[in-house]
Amino acid sequence: MTYILKPQLHHPKLPTNGLGYTRRDYEGSVSTLCAGCGHDSISASIIQACFELELPPHRVAKLSGIGCSSKTPDYFLGNSHGFNTVHGRMPSVLTGANLANRDLIYLGVSGDGDSASIGLGQFAHAIRRGVNMLYIVENNGVYGLTKGQFSATSDRGSKSKRGVVNTDAGIDMVSLALQMGATFVARSFSGDKEQLVPLIKAGLAHKGAAFIDCISPCVQFNNHQGSTKSFDYVREHNEAVNKLDVITPRDPIHVDYRPGETVRVQQHDGSILSLHKLNDLYNPNSRAQALGYLQARQARGQIVTGLLFVDPAAGDLHDAVGTVATPLNQLGEAELVPGQAALERINASLR
Amino acid sequence: MPEPVASQQALAAQKGARINDFVVKFANVNGSGSASANGMFARSVMRMGVPVAARNIFPSNIQGLPTWYEVRITEAGHLGRRGGVDLMVAMNPQTWDRDVAEIEPGGFLFYDSTKPIPPSRFRDDITVVGVPLTAMCNEAYELPRERQLFKNIIYVGALAGLLGIEAEAVESLIRDDFAGKDRLIKANIEALHMGLSYVQKQLAPLPLQVRRADGVGDRIYVEGNQAAALGAVYGGATVCAWYPITPSTSLAEAFTAYCQELRVDPDTGKSRYAIVQAEDEIASIGIVVGAGWNGCRAFTATSGPGVSLMTEFIGLSYFAEIPAVIFDVQRGGPSTGMPTRTQQADLLAAAYAGHGDSKHPMLLPADPGECFEMGALAFDLADRLQTTVFVMLDLDIGMNEWLTKPFQWDDSRKLDRGKVMTAEMLDAGADFGRYKEVDGDGIPYRTYPGTHPTKGGYFTRGTSRNPYARYSEEGAVYVDNMERLLRKFETAKSLAPAPILRRAKGQTRDGVIYFGSTTPAMDEALEMLEAQGRRLDALRIRAFPFADEVMSFIESHDRVFLVEQNRDAQLRTLLMTEGDVDPAKLVSVLHYDGTPITARFIAGAIASRMAVGQIEAAE
Ligand SMILES: Cc1ncc(C[n+]2csc(CCOP(=O)(O)OP(=O)(O)O)c2C)c(N)n1
Ligand code: SF4
Ligand SMILES: [Mg+2]
Repeated sequence: MTYILKPQLHHPKLPTNGLGYTRRDYEGSVSTLCAGCGHDSISASIIQACFELELPPHRVAKLSGIGCSSKTPDYFLGNSHGFNTVHGRMPSVLTGANLANRDLIYLGVSGDGDSASIGLGQFAHAIRRGVNMLYIVENNGVYGLTKGQFSATSDRGSKSKRGVVNTDAGIDMVSLALQMGATFVARSFSGDKEQLVPLIKAGLAHKGAAFIDCISPCVQFNNHQGSTKSFDYVREHNEAVNKLDVITPRDPIHVDYRPGETVRVQQHDGSILSLHKLNDLYNPNSRAQALGYLQARQARGQIVTGLLFVDPAAGDLHDAVGTVATPLNQLGEAELVPGQAALERINASLR
Repeated sequence: MPEPVASQQALAAQKGARINDFVVKFANVNGSGSASANGMFARSVMRMGVPVAARNIFPSNIQGLPTWYEVRITEAGHLGRRGGVDLMVAMNPQTWDRDVAEIEPGGFLFYDSTKPIPPSRFRDDITVVGVPLTAMCNEAYELPRERQLFKNIIYVGALAGLLGIEAEAVESLIRDDFAGKDRLIKANIEALHMGLSYVQKQLAPLPLQVRRADGVGDRIYVEGNQAAALGAVYGGATVCAWYPITPSTSLAEAFTAYCQELRVDPDTGKSRYAIVQAEDEIASIGIVVGAGWNGCRAFTATSGPGVSLMTEFIGLSYFAEIPAVIFDVQRGGPSTGMPTRTQQADLLAAAYAGHGDSKHPMLLPADPGECFEMGALAFDLADRLQTTVFVMLDLDIGMNEWLTKPFQWDDSRKLDRGKVMTAEMLDAGADFGRYKEVDGDGIPYRTYPGTHPTKGGYFTRGTSRNPYARYSEEGAVYVDNMERLLRKFETAKSLAPAPILRRAKGQTRDGVIYFGSTTPAMDEALEMLEAQGRRLDALRIRAFPFADEVMSFIESHDRVFLVEQNRDAQLRTLLMTEGDVDPAKLVSVLHYDGTPITARFIAGAIASRMAVGQIEAAE
């Protein structure tokens, strides 16, 4: 049932991508989030990434949990099917959807409350199963939608708008994803489109469980002195590890490509990741090194952003389960129902 | 050797033997290898054409605790539990006293006589048959494991001799079960004959005798869980997500085994199914909902505690209208309850699972044959109704092998995928509103994700929305949608299996309603009551929502007994909530100690109520 129609151009001057879509074809409903919310910037980066990757919008399935962040799939890719599931349980729904049709692209969007508090278990298990998806946590360190309680990623010692001090240790989603076996792990910042768009593109192209922890300040409840996730704090402490872009074989455009400073990673689907290393000691192919590096920087109070780890030859849940190439939701009676002859054999074995 | 057995049988028959109608109970220690030997005993009786009803009574334990296996030998085909024991095979010293106490007066006790047992531990009103099993094993075998395993086969041989079971019936089973393992076949047949010839030399046959008959026919012998799993294969299920819990585990395991056999692409060796052992029941149902949303037939198998965990998702499936199938193999609740005992106590939890106003169709199979049929049908219903459909088994049906009609499939049958709008329909100009009433049956059209580049996409959510799936908290829009969901539930009535009416032999104003695993005991109880001159029309409910016939059945009788295996009369609550019935008419007969209900219990409870009624009427 896959077929691609060229949509009519909305405006003669709007640039189109290779499929003939404009950027507007990747937009969704008008956002109802607070003006200036980091989550809206992430939506804009998702739109940009899908446009540049030339994805047919309807071939993306976007799933989320509950929260301000989880509302955002309504605000991008308006022609895609979306599923706003229940709080903390997007990973299982995405897993089931993925099993049903391996041919779609799966984008999971969640919040830190959704994924690190109520949904920590489902997050961990979807990652360790290697579900082929890009999983973005829009991490603001608070429960935005329920008005500013601490989430499990809030740092110990940070102070809420109401003056309460968080005494619990914060969960680092990036370290967790690494430990759970994610095969693509990155961190970025909602205000750094230059870094985020390429990471989203690479994550979407990656086969296997891709995870981006995207720091996304909540202008209502977490952008004040004392919070470790507000704009100013992050800007100061950001240390970009590297820069990357996805080059599809069809359209090999290199951005900032400079020979000698590049790690070229071939992904399973044939696309090539070009990593522009700012720190030439950092190699994103080592899970152990990534964990060590994160911890070393964390000890210095620094947040590492960039692509921390990628396994370009990763497999996914379908490889593990050994499913047929045809999406399971397209199999009919002939493939699924063994018929009366098989039943007679079974009956005979039960007498 | 056949000659002496035949003459002994003749001898026993002269003494007024009970032929093909008695209950043998095995008392064993869990993990001692007795289960397969006991199963062999039951199946060898069936190979002689005599129906059996066998039930495991086992602990939540892997090794060491007591376990029982009750075999009812019943040429008349009464497949429910009868109650009472005619021959106790007492192999567990821990439970000796209660096992001896359970034997019917005039009954028999079979035991291992290697160590002397003081006369005070027996009863005067029973006959005791001792065979020195341990001594025989110790003499014949070296290894402790062999001694233990073959002891079980030796007692099967001894019982065969005592009860007139043909050695050939057991031998043919041994040959089938161990096909290809000649060494094991030989060793087992030797052990069998060790027991058999001891009895033939030392003891007289008992006046409980198995005689060749023609009562089994083409029926098969299978567990309900296995049958339901096969139903899921035939119903086209491709995604199964589950979390282990007794008594449902063997359903998911059987599905796995059947898929490995029946669902592998012959050219590539790849699977036409995906099974995930999830991290918990919430993830299990989440995976099912995700697969259902994306156009697969998906299910989970669980029991009460799992249903409790799943309720938020079940509500989402109801409100966002996503197909899902849940096999609930019920066990004793509440909480962890009696995890290895049977009950029908999840009716309310399943029917109304989830917060807010929500209700869900349930199918109520009465035997493994119906587990297969309803197991397949549930997927058509879930797709057609776009909601969660429960198939309510219980431990008694699910984990015991029952004699049941053979499985059948009409090869011309198509999977009913329900109302799905395709790209072609969208291009032809169909107006797609995901939650829009179109045909008056309350069922809207859906699209699968990825169908069309510009049409038919929508955002699925658990929040209220308008017919075009756009977020709305407008009161009137919400109410419209909730009313449509009620119309859809009404439509479910006409699609679900109709109740089955069994009229009394003459006019009566009394009726009885029952469902599920109660059925064989109920059938027998009706015969017992009929023999006492007590007439009842009987209605077996097979689905929720209740068909109109259920309400008219209650309407047309003065008194209706409701037989259930739970404490709180959950079916009665459902009937009172969903129908306009007079509660005073509904008389509950409740059995909930965790053992399967018996014909004696039902007949006794109904007879005493009817007798009281007659006395009151006379006053
Ligand atoms: C089972 C359940 N419990 C509680 C809630 C209430 N709730 C809605 S959103 C939310 C927290 C969301 O936090 P986060 O995921 O960080 O999203 P944000 O709004 O910060 O983007 C909570 C607790 C709910 N919807 N469901
Ligand atoms: S409350 Fe915070 S997270 Fe929610 S929309 Fe507003 S700024 Fe964004
Ligand atoms: Mg948050």
